[in-house]
This record gives sequence, C-alpha cells and structure tokens, in this order.
Amino acid sequence: MTAIFKHELRSYFHSLTAYVFGAFLLAFIGIWAMIYNIQAAVSNFEYVLSSGSLIFVVIVPILTMRVIAEERKQKTDQLLYALPITTTQVIMGKYLALLTVYLIPLAVVCVYPFIFAQFGEVYLLTAYGSILAFFLMGAAFLALGMFISSLTENQGFAAGIGIAVILFNYYSVSLSEYVSATAMGSMIALLVIALLVGVLIRHLTGNENLAFVVCLVLMAAVAVCYLTDSAAFEGLLPKVMSALSLFERFNAFVNGMFDLTAVVYYGSVIAFFLFLSVQSLEKRRYN
Amino acid sequence: MITVEHLTKRYGDFTAVDDLSFEIQEGHVYGFLGPNGAGKSTTMNIMTGCLSPTEGSVRIYGHDIFQEPNQAKRLMGYLPEQPPLYLNETPEEYLRFVGEAKGLRGAGLAEQIQAVVEQTRLREVYRKPISALSKGYKQRVGIAQALLGDPKVVILDEPTVGLDPLQIIEIRELIRQLGRDRTVILSSHILSEIQTMCDQILIIARGKLVAFDTPEGLERALLAPSEIALTAEAPANQVEQVLGEIDHIVDTQLTPQADGTVAVKVKTDGDSIYDVSRAIFFAFARRNQALLEISLKKANLEDIFLELTEGTEAAPAPEAQKEVDET
Repeated sequence: MTAIFKHELRSYFHSLTAYVFGAFLLAFIGIWAMIYNIQAAVSNFEYVLSSGSLIFVVIVPILTMRVIAEERKQKTDQLLYALPITTTQVIMGKYLALLTVYLIPLAVVCVYPFIFAQFGEVYLLTAYGSILAFFLMGAAFLALGMFISSLTENQGFAAGIGIAVILFNYYSVSLSEYVSATAMGSMIALLVIALLVGVLIRHLTGNENLAFVVCLVLMAAVAVCYLTDSAAFEGLLPKVMSALSLFERFNAFVNGMFDLTAVVYYGSVIAFFLFLSVQSLEKRRYN
Repeated sequence: MITVEHLTKRYGDFTAVDDLSFEIQEGHVYGFLGPNGAGKSTTMNIMTGCLSPTEGSVRIYGHDIFQEPNQAKRLMGYLPEQPPLYLNETPEEYLRFVGEAKGLRGAGLAEQIQAVVEQTRLREVYRKPISALSKGYKQRVGIAQALLGDPKVVILDEPTVGLDPLQIIEIRELIRQLGRDRTVILSSHILSEIQTMCDQILIIARGKLVAFDTPEGLERALLAPSEIALTAEAPANQVEQVLGEIDHIVDTQLTPQADGTVAVKVKTDGDSIYDVSRAIFFAFARRNQALLEISLKKANLEDIFLELTEGTEAAPAPEAQKEVDET
C-alpha cells in the first residue's frame, strides 16, 4: 500500500495536477475570505467555506478523473493485478494519496482563521469545526470521484460524469422543491432508483440473474409498501434528494453546530465508494 | 513448478480457454505457440492472477493463485503483451515503484534494481523518461520489472512482437540468458522464435492444448519420414535399379513422364537426408545419367503447427521455411 501511495503522490506532483488542485482551492477560498472576512468584516470563517464549497464541482474531477481510468487506458492495471498486493491495498493507497494532495492546501486554509483572530474576534471553534467538516465532505467527493474513474477508461468521460454528479448533488436540495411530492411520483422515482441499482449491479458483477433478482425484489418491496401505506410516500422524493446531498449536511456546521451524524454520514459515504471502487477493480478480473 | 488443471475461461458463449491442463517443471524455457486468438494471452493472464478462470486452478509451487495470491505472485514475474509502463516516469522511478510493491526495501531494493538494470542493459536510459525510449528499450524496462524480486518463474507474453530485427535478436539473447537460472515461459505466434529459444513447446489452438513436447520430439513424433523429390532422365527400370543400391531409402514412388523422364518421390528414414541425396546424385552421375531436378523436404515444425492448428482462421507467418532446393 505504501508503494502505491508514494507512487501516486509522486505522479501528482510530477504532473501539474496537485498544483492546479491546490491553486484552485486556495484561490476560491481566498476570494470568499476576502469578500466575507475582510471586506464585510464578518467574524464567521464557516461562511467562507460554505460559499467556497462549490469549487468541489471543478477540482474533485480534476484530481480524480485519471486515478483509475488512466491505468486502464495505459494497460498498467495489468501490472497492479500481477503484483503481490490486493486490490484493497491499491484503492487505499490511491485514496490516501488523493487525501494528502487535498490536505496540503487545506492546511494552509487552517492558518486563515488564526490570522484573522489577530485582528478581531473570530469564532475559532466553529471555524475549525467547519474546516474539519469541509475536509470530510471533500474526502467523500474524492471517494465518489475515484469510483467514477474506475468505471471507465476515458478520463474525459470520468471528469464529465464527476462534474455532473457533484453539481447535481449541489443543487439537489433546491431541485427537491420542484420535484413531485405526491406519493405516486415518489413511488415512480423509487422504482427508477431500483432499476438503476439493478443496472449498477449488472455492470459491477456482470451477473445478469443477480441484477435481475435484486432489481425485482426492490421493485416488489416498493410496490408492496406503496399499496399498504401510500401516505408514507408523500413528499418522500424531496426528502431522499436532500438526504443524499453532501452539501446539505455541511450547513449544520456553517450554522455553528458540530453535527456528529454528519461526520458518520460522510464516513459512510467514503467507505461505500471505496468499497465500490474495490469491487469495480476486482470485477475486471471476472469480465 | 506450475500446475495448471482443467483451466477454462468462457466469455458468454465464446470459450477462450478450453479445459487446459499441463505441468511446468523448473529450469526450462517453455514456449506457448499458437495462432492469434488461440488463448495464449488469456492463459497467461489467468496464470498470473490478472484474470479469473471460469473453472480450474493454477498452482505455483503449491500456492493456488486465487487462494494465496500474494505467495504465488511473489514467485512470478509477468510481462503482459503491452508492457505496463508509466510513460511519464523514468526507468529509475518505475523500477523503484515495482520493487517496493513487490515488498523490497532499502539496500535490498537498490541491489536488485542494480542487478536487473545490468542484466537488461538499461544503464544508459536509466534517467530518461520512458515515453522517450525506443520500443526495444521499453520492452526491456518491462522485462526488468518482471525480474525484480528475483522470481523463480518469468512469464513473457509475446516479448518480441513489434520490434525491429536487431531488437528481436537482443531480446532473444536476453531471454536465453534468463533461461539459464530460472524457468521462463513465453508465448509467440512465430514458430521460428519458439523453435530457437524454447526447449519445451506447448501448442495451443482454439483454447486447447494440442501438443506438448520438445521441438525435436514434436518433429520426430509427428512428421512423416523426410522426402526427396527428383526427376531423372532415364528409363524407369534403370532409375529403380540405381535407387535400389542406396541405403536409408524406405520407399520410392516412380511416375514416368510423357517426355521420357521419370519423377520420383523418395522417402528416407529421416536422419540422413543430405547423405542420401548426395548418394543419389553421384549414383546417377557415375552412370552418366542426368538428374534434372532434386529437392529436399526436411521435417519442419511449420507443418506440424499447420497440421495441429488446422481449421483456425489465422495462419502463422511463413517464416522458418526449412525447404532446401537444389537443381
């Protein structure tokens, strides 16, 4: 794992990726820090992070698009399979390297509230609490980005999908107000989700029967629930959409609350996508 | 020692590898020979743990490649068909990464890298980006990578494909060197290559193992006794008489031609084809009778290969023609 980690890290700094990522992140946060903390003299650093979080839409795909797609394209994944290391070690090594590249500019950001505190009153606890949450949210997006990269051998495609998914995630709370809140609409949406789960299983395992059975069971469960208690489906879709938003969870920290459930939520998202990435890599052996 | 048992790989309805079983002993150079698409690469990918079989097992010195992958993979070095190189790195960085991933550290790593760089003669390009190297050098970096960790078995998939003749000679020389102190398995669709480098040949066609023997063994076992075709300007009974005096002839077949000559097909017992043809030549010369044509057909692996793999769409490259024509 350390070999993969060192190798990945070196390649990020060899190419411009790590620098572009860091520069974008620092520039964007710097601009908002200037607007809020310096121009408007607001003493909450968390507002800066809240506005700055939109930058993930751009920088996460920049960093993660090549992480596995490129290995596939250059056929270097063959080497990884033949080396005496497990796919879990490969994924963990790659992910830790991504986190390291992300942590470096974030360490610089950590200095900001401290500097501002020299010139006025800054709520340091909420500032650092939200920096931690900002780190976790970014870490979750990096895991998501790596998984998307593992699905294709085309970097551009990985980047495009990554941008679309994160952007959708950013606006999903706003969008949730416009989607159908009726029980019928929610049920149809759930059926579509069941279908997507089936497609994902089919893609990851290559096992049509398994995908078909899982999809059918999920759809049957949705139908049964709907028939027994259709009232529970009222407004379910908007709820699901906002629950899936990683950005929405961050708002609690911005409002000055250290939300432990959000920490657990980010942790689960990271674990989920790392698991899927391992499966996606492992699946290539079976295709 | 590698034991492959009942290996099968299916992609949907297509069977790439079909119930393959064989055993590989220590200290030989083995060659997988087969037309393109015969299942050579698939077999190698399964043997090295890059691909999972639909059925069957592979054991490397007793370690199952899927039950104990790490122990098994430590004993093997693998060069896939396309060398898995990170093009923006130098051989130095690349080899260090592979060495570390194989569990080498510190002085041991430096020593090993030193040794494989010497062996594959990469010294002069050691600090150049891999993307700037020639195909031959890239291939050598790929082989160097496979040699790190001092594996007992080195598996090379089409190691000379796409190289120019000089590079091919260099790589072959390198492989011959490797064969001195470890087991080497290589694949090729070029017969002459396998013939010159390997002391054991596995012929694979349509995913099946059709032959497994030494090059000489294959020739002996499968080819009819060697043949001499000649045309003599003499009556048939005289020709028969002349040929009757010569040793090592197993069978003769005379066909009188319309112009008064006789076409003859002579079958020899195989070992002494040049001696027999020489004897025939002088026997006719002594009698002042002309031989209008004499041509030898020596046993050759090409025929075996074609015979065994017949029916597959891809024909092998027509190299290694051992036909000798004399007039």
